[in-house]
Amino acid sequence: MGDLNEFSLPVKLFLKAYSWRKIDPVTWAPRKKPLSECRLALVSTAAFVLPGQKPFDESIRGGDFSFREIPGDANVLQLVESHRSESFDHTGIHQDPNLAFPIDRARELAERGRIGSLNRRHLSFMGSITAPGRLIQQTAPEAARLFVEDMVDVALLVPV
Amino acid sequence: MCNQTVSLVAAELERHGISTVVIQLLREVAERMRPPRALFVPFKHGYPLDMPNDARRQHTVIEAALKLLEDPALTPPVLANFPASFP
Repeated sequence: MGDLNEFSLPVKLFLKAYSWRKIDPVTWAPRKKPLSECRLALVSTAAFVLPGQKPFDESIRGGDFSFREIPGDANVLQLVESHRSESFDHTGIHQDPNLAFPIDRARELAERGRIGSLNRRHLSFMGSITAPGRLIQQTAPEAARLFVEDMVDVALLVPV
Repeated sequence: MCNQTVSLVAAELERHGISTVVIQLLREVAERMRPPRALFVPFKHGYPLDMPNDARRQHTVIEAALKLLEDPALTPPVLANFPASFP
């Protein structure tokens, strides 16, 4: 069950007291065409990187707000998970990265026509960002610009 | 914190005209943050699609998320529960 009781007492107290950023006003983009015609992109916050990519930087205060581009044809078994949090069990995503970056599932959706197509690239963040100012101001808008450039219609975002 | 990060990125994507759906593992965070479209799943952290190496189960969760993108009656913010009865 995903609730605060999963965590150690210090983590639970931190999360209870944390000032979660309220999205106000709520942004809203209605889907413009059937899903079977939409281009889908994935965003994962499991800090996956491919061999040769720059690792996420654990020394950045407040969390590394950068992202890595994962090509649409990436082999899921090559993804290396590097999330810094010790507050959750990493075993599942090590066994099967699709659990948090479901690229194989998305390919299957495209193959059977449930979605129109899969974007040529997807994005990987390291989700443990306690100070999200630079994410809000810099990298989330940059991510949006990339997907707009790619003519992405819909996105599925998966935390861990 | 991952629940917050996906929500903030989703908000920005929607601002740029891209429809989004986020998986959420902490309902109270989603209630406080109000991502545009969220599917709360009752799985533990690290297991957002429930089971590793179980394509069928992962598709079931993804399908529930995709349904939120398709329902024209929904208005923001959307916070749906992954139904226990979902096949």
